[in-house]
Formats: sequence, C-alpha cells, structure tokens
Amino acid sequence: MSGQETHDLEARDPDSVVDNSVTAGDLLVILRHAPHGSSWLREGLDTALVAAAFGQRVTLLFAGEGVLALLTGQTAGPLGQKGTHGVIDMLAMYDIDTLMVDGRALKSRGLCTDDLMLPVTLVEADGVVSLLQSHRLVLNF
Amino acid sequence: MRYALLVQGGPYSSQASHSALRFARAVIERGHCLATVFFYHDGVYNAARLSAPPQDEPHLGDGWRLLHDEHGTELLVCIAAGLRRGLLDQREAARHGKEGYSLEEPFELTGLGQLVEAGFSHDRLITFSP
Repeated sequence: MSGQETHDLEARDPDSVVDNSVTAGDLLVILRHAPHGSSWLREGLDTALVAAAFGQRVTLLFAGEGVLALLTGQTAGPLGQKGTHGVIDMLAMYDIDTLMVDGRALKSRGLCTDDLMLPVTLVEADGVVSLLQSHRLVLNF
Repeated sequence: MRYALLVQGGPYSSQASHSALRFARAVIERGHCLATVFFYHDGVYNAARLSAPPQDEPHLGDGWRLLHDEHGTELLVCIAAGLRRGLLDQREAARHGKEGYSLEEPFELTGLGQLVEAGFSHDRLITFSP
C-alpha cells in the first residue's frame, strides 16, 4: 500500500499513475451504486464501518456508479434521504483509509481524483484481481 | 465445509432468494454444513411472518424454516435493515409501540457484526443478490 504522501500527490494530479501494487486486508467491500436512488451504498458502507469497529482491516473499492459516492459537494437528497457523504467523512475515524477507485469508472464519467472528497488510489483490471485475491473476505454491494 | 449465505434479494421480486434456498439444499445434499444464513438489504423480507404466496409456488419462508428445523441453520436478519422495512419481532414491536409483529423464531434479528463474523468464521460465504 502506498503511503499518505503518494495519496496526496495522486489527489492533486488528475492523470495520476494507476497503482497496481498489492493491497492486503481482512475485508474488501465493493461499492457499485451511487449515493441516492437505492440503499445499496449506505448498506455497504454500514457493513464496512461495523467490520472496522470489530477491528478488521477494511479496504473499500469504489467501482461503476459507486465512484460517485466520493464526489465533493454532496448534500442530503430532496426526498429526506440522509445521503452517504456523512459516512464517507467518518471513514478515517474508523481507520478505513484504504480507498481504491476503479480508474476506468472514474474516467468514463468525466471525473478525476480532483473531484473526490478524499485521497484515493486508482486501480484497473489487474489491480482489481489482486485486491480480490489479497483479502480474506469480499462483500459486494 | 461450513457454509454461510448472504441473501440480499427480496423474495418473489428477484431470483436471488430462490437460488439461495436451492443452493442451501444442494450444499447439504453434498454433505456440507449450512451453518448460517444472513438476510440483508431486501433479503430481510424472506423472514416476513405473514408471507402467503399462492399454494402452487414455493414458500420461501417455510423453506428457510425447514432448514433450521432439520439442520439447525441459523437464520439471522439484520436489525437495521429489518426495522426500516417493517420487520419487527415481538420485542421490537413492543419497543416501538406497534400492535402486531412481523418476524418470529427461528428468524432472529441481529446486528451487522454477525455478518462480518459469519464471513470470517465459515469456510465459505456465498452472496445471493438481485
């Protein structure tokens, strides 16, 4: 896992280098849904928080629509949903700081790491394979 | 092998619950142990006490109950996901001032920690999602 310094560098550089080095942990939570419209993202994040509270090393992989979870400037939804940005803000408190983002999903939505709330590490196909292999448990939301 | 299932699809709305139940049966037929089923997301509706499907369709709720009766499979329902969707056992119903209750044994309201625990304490955790 690359250190905080690398993360900051990546956050500033929109064309940051994809990091395919192996990130290991206990639980990999894959988030594939956007903040509003369904409860998938919230329920996936809840699982990650609970696992972290139980002392597991948790890695998050934001893929597909899930990359939108990290967008800056989010608010609560007009339907009275709380949204998930509050939970994203709390991740550090739970020692969840390994945030992986599918680089292609980000790019295909016209986004770059500058648009995201937190420093992340970009991964692509091979990197995803190593993530799946290097965690004892994978949960997909 | 000791198996755990995570069921996230609503009964009768998607194939997930049907597949999960059939997989559960297959696992047992092959001589493995199906120790735990965890219901999350819309999967919690599998535990609805009042579910009454037409008689010529498989009764998923009864299917899960039978697994518990015959093999001691734990049927765990996420309490946060359940309460939001109206699945309350007698105790929760009383706590929230509700007249009826919609979930009963052998289904058990429990925390998400049990899902994480199941993931690490079984040889396999298989997810069934819509």
